[in-house]
Amino acid sequence: MESKSKDKQMILRVQNLKKYFPIRRGFFQKIAGWVKAVDDVSFEIEQGKTLGLVGESGCGKTTVARLILKLLEPDNGKIIFRGIDIGELTEKEMKPLRKKIQIVFQDPFGSLNPRMTTGLSIEEGLRILGIKRGKKRKERLEKLLKMVGMSPESADRYPHEFSGGQRQRICIARALSVDPSLVVCDEPISALDVSIQAQIINLLKDLQDRLGLSYLFISHDLNVVSYLCSTISVMYKGQIMESAPAEELFENPRHPYTLSLISAIPDPAPGLRRKIEILEPDLSDSLITSKGCRFQGRCPMEEPRCLEEEISFEKVGEKHFVRCWKAAKK
Amino acid sequence: MTNDNTLISVQDLKVYFRSGHECARAVDGISFEIRQEETVCLVGESGCGKTVSALSILGLIQTPPGEIAGGQIMFQGKNLLELDEEDMQKIRGNRIAMVFQEPLTSLNPVFTIEDQIGEAISIHKNIGSGELRDCCIKLLKDVGIPSPVQRLKDYPHQLSGGQRQRVMIAMALACDPDLIIADEPTTALDVTVQAQILQLLKSIQETRSMSILYITHDLGVVANIAHRVYVMYSGIVTEQGNAAQIFHHARHPYTQGLLASLPSRSKRGKRLFSIPGTVPNPAYKPAGCPFHPRCPHAIPICGKEYPKMCDYGQAHLARCPVLFKNSHNPDKPEPKSI
Amino acid sequence: MNKKEKGFNKNFQLETPLAPKRTRLQEFWRLFRQNRLAILGLFIFILFFCCAIVGLFMTSGPDPLLDPAMIRLQEKLRPPLAKPNLDSLRREEIPYLGFYLMGTDDLGRDVFARMLQGAWVSLTVGFVAVGISVLIGIFMGGIAGYFGQHHIRVDHVLVTLVLISGAALVTANFIRSGAALLCLTPAYIFYFIWSQNRSGKKTLPLWAKVFRKNAVSIDTLIMRIVDIMLCFPSFFLILTVVALLPASIYNIMIVIGLTSWMGATRFVRAEFLSLREQDFVAAVKTLGAGNFRIIFRHMMPNAMAPVLVSATIGIATAILTEAGLSFLGFGVPPPHATWGNILSDGKNFIFDAPWLTFIPGIAILIVVLSFNLFGEGLRDVLNPKLRERH
Ligand SMILES: Nc1ncnc2c1ncn2[C@@H]1O[C@H](COP(=O)(O)OP(=O)(O)OP(=O)(O)O)[C@@H](O)[C@H]1O
Ligand SMILES: Nc1ncnc2c1ncn2[C@@H]1O[C@H](COP(=O)(O)OP(=O)(O)OP(=O)(O)O)[C@@H](O)[C@H]1O
Ligand code: SF4
Ligand code: SF4
Ligand SMILES: [Mg+2]
Ligand SMILES: [Mg+2]
Repeated sequence: MESKSKDKQMILRVQNLKKYFPIRRGFFQKIAGWVKAVDDVSFEIEQGKTLGLVGESGCGKTTVARLILKLLEPDNGKIIFRGIDIGELTEKEMKPLRKKIQIVFQDPFGSLNPRMTTGLSIEEGLRILGIKRGKKRKERLEKLLKMVGMSPESADRYPHEFSGGQRQRICIARALSVDPSLVVCDEPISALDVSIQAQIINLLKDLQDRLGLSYLFISHDLNVVSYLCSTISVMYKGQIMESAPAEELFENPRHPYTLSLISAIPDPAPGLRRKIEILEPDLSDSLITSKGCRFQGRCPMEEPRCLEEEISFEKVGEKHFVRCWKAAKK
Repeated sequence: MTNDNTLISVQDLKVYFRSGHECARAVDGISFEIRQEETVCLVGESGCGKTVSALSILGLIQTPPGEIAGGQIMFQGKNLLELDEEDMQKIRGNRIAMVFQEPLTSLNPVFTIEDQIGEAISIHKNIGSGELRDCCIKLLKDVGIPSPVQRLKDYPHQLSGGQRQRVMIAMALACDPDLIIADEPTTALDVTVQAQILQLLKSIQETRSMSILYITHDLGVVANIAHRVYVMYSGIVTEQGNAAQIFHHARHPYTQGLLASLPSRSKRGKRLFSIPGTVPNPAYKPAGCPFHPRCPHAIPICGKEYPKMCDYGQAHLARCPVLFKNSHNPDKPEPKSI
Repeated sequence: MNKKEKGFNKNFQLETPLAPKRTRLQEFWRLFRQNRLAILGLFIFILFFCCAIVGLFMTSGPDPLLDPAMIRLQEKLRPPLAKPNLDSLRREEIPYLGFYLMGTDDLGRDVFARMLQGAWVSLTVGFVAVGISVLIGIFMGGIAGYFGQHHIRVDHVLVTLVLISGAALVTANFIRSGAALLCLTPAYIFYFIWSQNRSGKKTLPLWAKVFRKNAVSIDTLIMRIVDIMLCFPSFFLILTVVALLPASIYNIMIVIGLTSWMGATRFVRAEFLSLREQDFVAAVKTLGAGNFRIIFRHMMPNAMAPVLVSATIGIATAILTEAGLSFLGFGVPPPHATWGNILSDGKNFIFDAPWLTFIPGIAILIVVLSFNLFGEGLRDVLNPKLRERH
């Protein structure tokens, strides 16, 4: 009952998602261990809203994105898109749903086919929508290009003739060509020049207002996420450590990792230098931890219990979850 | 202009790159100076010539395709551009050291950390192997690497990104230089590690009383570390001043635009300001003010005349005569060229 | 163009591409032009191409202008540029040019006409053989690179073996046992479908479990076949096969093609492995494009550069192989002329009539060299890593 009504509101629900990559060693490629790239990740994205996923490099953000897009098969867990568990669908059953979730990649240079004009790249989506070649397709193409702020004559050009920001606009146009309802943005601005980043952020925001898109916005920059997202999930070594509405997360951060992240944001307002909580350097073999809290070894409040048991993801407030027993108890 | 306190002063430096029929004016007449015990930041977008400026201080520009087309770099009474390779080597690493952006590729993967730091020391100093080892351990301790004695025998790939960057800094510190040039040392690192490295650089500078030229494109980092800031755009310095002047009273449209376009929590719900257009290709720069195709204040003359530096007092200068005239203020001097 | 206008317009404006418009082809040509030897190679290649086509029209048909098979016993072993002895020849025996441009051979046949006919043979052998090898290479390499991580199960291997041996028995006239083997296959497929329908209910018997084990990945299988093929000295492999088959120009082409696809396979596989990880392929996948379209429309054009290079050099090798086979007498059967058998015929007269060996020899040398130079030039231009050196 409750979950049905929730499904309507939530465009995407991810539950206990897991993906381990084998580490192969030796001559016979024996499996020597597992990289727990995504380990028990759950979150929800509301229709028309933006969820921010932040975390340091290598913590598994891109892997989450690839799992949602079914570019990787999850080992465990559910991915429920509009009430349908797409984790279990076969390639064929997935086909009509596939275009509803689109992605914009970080690297604007690798994400466009260098041998195709941008027009053809975007038309690929229109073709899949079933729009026949001809005047109608051309009109749609021009409309898409204008929507992302590119002139229609860019359709005949090859990707190497564009700057990074312009390519990113073209990638957005390609993603929009199939009329998606959820767009996964995997660090879409971190490869761009500072003065171009704001253009792309504005574009994403405008498109959300106009088309009612939902975003999963992946980033390592808390400034950007805090500006753009309604809910923020903080990821660390394959697990979500804290998840809360943006305001709540900044006003009332609970998890020690979130605290140190927020204090480490480089803030362009000198004179207001806050005390930065300097974390211990990370010495462990990043994702192959054994037992207990993933933050052990760097946590300033660590206790023996943290090394012993698996820490659960506990609710500490309205839509506020934290994976730390000490923070949850407070 | 120069006073006794100045450690290094770069005047009207021009570095061009020629390839085929194109000539990229990567650095097109920049001037800056670094005083003793001061952190100076060079900020600007990708391709505006930050790295090229730093490399030309160390005489590391490949010629060809590079070409130093003019200017001088005065360091301790000598013009570095006129020194021969042998004298330059005595300065490089010894008096001026550099930390690069990518910590994995700038360490040699087949040598241990001890080898590499030891090499940095023994090039310039003649000391025995036992002493060398002690030196290495002390340096590693200084840059905050835990259990340095065990770490000496490690190879670069056994360290995390932040630790590699610490090793790079240790190598730079090896000969107790007067100036460290840090070229985006934290761009490849996570925010929490970046905070550690910035803290480290700050404390090193205070304890060793050296100068740092810090190159970055991240205004947040600048605010954190800089005493004085030079904002670069397309091969020229557009604005200079101390951190407070730049961040609270920016006078150049580009700096203003950049600051306004930074996303932050306080701007939630509002539309971000954004500078339209793209950074010019260094081979096809617009005439006049290089910023004019993107500038909201541009007037026709901006496309024709190269703008002069305008003095706002207290060593705050901006290269925009238009705004200077607009902010017309009788007790300020007329724009004067530098 | 209207940069200034654009700058002053504070309203919403559309972005236009930055870089000066220069197509890939122009860029390619600009780089290629710098390599003199490659240009020379290209030039000779075009010349050779024209000669071969013109030669085809002049030497074939019921009444050819230059008849390579015309025997004039009274005009044996005339040196190049020699005038024919008009008195002793019939009207139709007089060479079209009025003299023997490249002399005549021991049967008085016009070497020039024979060389032209041979040029066409070399050209077609080169292109067809390489065409076959590239097609196989792209197919195998594409499968290995794109579907490589999929596994072949033990039963797939067994069923294939059973099918092959059944077919072999039937063709070898053991009809009954062959048919029995062939019937096993549909039986197994029925069993498989039936057992799948009630899957999960019962645990499978041990033999079925063994059958369903993954044997090898497709990638491993294909690449090991490549390795095995590369172990054979290919020229002797071709010799053996050609000795068993009836001698004809088509068999030669096919056999050369079938024994030289390994290089292309390796190149395509390597390209596909790296392309598969690229973001633009993932993006097309999320748009919902099928595997077929991803492979052929999106990945193949990006994987063609090294294949093109190896194909160019492969043509040279194929021409050389054909000449070698013909020289040894395994090639195109006489009286059809090829450069190899002109050379072979001429070797008995090397002191009396050196042109009979030198002319085809030098022709082979020049053509093979030009293809190699052209291929190396292509590689330099298409490989961005080597590009910086120039
Ligand atoms: N195909 C794979 N095989 C094995 N390991 C993988 C694979 N893909 C990712 N990983 C590992 O999973 C971990 C998470 O990687 P992921 O790319 O998701 O990180 P990320 O958070 O996106 O980092 P970044 O911010 O650098 O993009 C990494 O340690 C990586 O080495
Ligand atoms: N070796 C070179 N050959 C040709 N051009 C070069 C070379 N090195 C630099 N340039 C040119 O000089 C310009 C400035 O480069 P530089 O590396 O100084 O930029 P940067 O400000 O350090 O950028 P980033 O933030 O990306 O490091 C570039 O646009 C580039 O075109
Ligand atoms: S569970 Fe323990 S180690 Fe983990 S974050 Fe909380 S206090 Fe720190
Ligand atoms: S000089 Fe003109 S174009 Fe340049 S920054 Fe000032 S107003 Fe803008
Ligand atoms: Mg990533
Ligand atoms: Mg740089």
